[in-house]
Amino acid sequence: MIAGLILAASLIALLQFFIFYCRSVIASSSTQVLSVQTRDVTGIVDARVGGDDFDRILELVQLCPERREDRLHVRFIRAYYELLNLLRFTFARMFPDVGAWTERERGGCAYFAAVTLDHRIAFSRNLMAQQMSDRF
Amino acid sequence: MPGPFQYFILVICSLLEASVLVCALATHSFRRYLPLNLYMGVRLLRGVIGVWVLTHYGFTSSEYKYVYYYSDALLTICLYFVVLHLFSHVFDEMGAERYLRFGASLLLVGTAIFSYLAVHEASNKLITRFVVEMSQNLYFIGLVLTYVLWGAMLKLRESRTQLVQLVLSLGIHFSAFAANYAVANLHLQGRGIFMYLTQLIAIWLPAAWTYTLLRTPADARLVPARLAVVTHR
Repeated sequence: MIAGLILAASLIALLQFFIFYCRSVIASSSTQVLSVQTRDVTGIVDARVGGDDFDRILELVQLCPERREDRLHVRFIRAYYELLNLLRFTFARMFPDVGAWTERERGGCAYFAAVTLDHRIAFSRNLMAQQMSDRF
Repeated sequence: MPGPFQYFILVICSLLEASVLVCALATHSFRRYLPLNLYMGVRLLRGVIGVWVLTHYGFTSSEYKYVYYYSDALLTICLYFVVLHLFSHVFDEMGAERYLRFGASLLLVGTAIFSYLAVHEASNKLITRFVVEMSQNLYFIGLVLTYVLWGAMLKLRESRTQLVQLVLSLGIHFSAFAANYAVANLHLQGRGIFMYLTQLIAIWLPAAWTYTLLRTPADARLVPARLAVVTHR
C-alpha cells in the first residue's frame, strides 16, 4: 500500500521535474547565439525555428562526433519533444491555447538542437585543428 | 557476474562522477558547491570499493550486497546535506542560516532514529525486503525535501540558472530512484530489471551536473516561474 502510494507520488513528481528541467535547458540554450556556419547548415535565418525542423536538425547533430556530456540531454529533449507531439495530437485539437504553447515549445526544442549542433561543430573544428597541429 | 554492458555503465558512471569534479575545478565552482563535489567524490570512491568487492567476492555474494545497499543508503543521507546546502544558497539573502542549521540537525536525528528503528526491527531479514524498503523511504524523503526546495525557489523567484538546474536534476534523481525502489518493493521477482534500471538511473545525476557546470555560466539567469515562456534572440 505505502509502496504503491510512493510509486504514484514519485512518478507524478518525476514528470513535473522532467518538464521543468527540459524547459530550463531550453530556456538557457535560447539565449545563445548561433554561429554563421550553423545558420548556413540548418537554414535558420532569424533565430525563429519551427518545431517541425527538430528532426532534421537532430539528424545533422547525429552526423557530428558525439560528446558524452550532451548525449543524455539530447535524449531528454527528444523525449520532451515526443511528449509535446503527443499533446499536439490530443489536447491541442480541443484547446487552441495548448496548441500555440506546444508549437512554441517545439520551436524551443528545435533551437536547442541547433545550439547542440553549434557546439558539436565547434568541437569537431577544435579536434581537427589539434590533430593538424600535432601532425606538424 | 555482471555482463560487459553493466561494466560499461559502471565505467561511464565513474567517468562522469570524475568529470563533475574536474568541471567544478575548471569553472572555479568547487568551493561554491563544496558538499555537492564532496558527494561526487564519495560516490566515485564507493564505485571503486564496489568494483573491488565485486571482483573479490562476486556479484551474488552477501558482502557485495551489504556494501552496495548500505553505501547507497549512506550516500542518500549525504545527498540530504547537498539539498540542505542548496537550501542555504536559496535562503542566502534572508539570513535564515540558524533555522537551516536547526532543520538540518532535526533531519539528521530523525533519519538516524528512523534508520536505527528500521534496522532494529528487521535485523533478521536484511538484504531482502528491508533494504529495498529503507532505500525507497530514504529516496522519498529526499524527493519531498527537493520538492519543498523547488517550491521555495518558485516562491522566492530564484533566477540563477545553475542553481535551478542543479535542483531540478536532483529532483529527477530522487523521484526516479524512489519510483524504481517502490516498483522493486511491489515486485521483488523482477530484480534483474530493477538492477539494470538502477544502474541506468545512476548515470543521470553526474551527467546532469557535468552538463550544468560546463554549459551554464555561473551568472546566467532565468525566471523559474515563467519557464514556459521561452524567448529566442
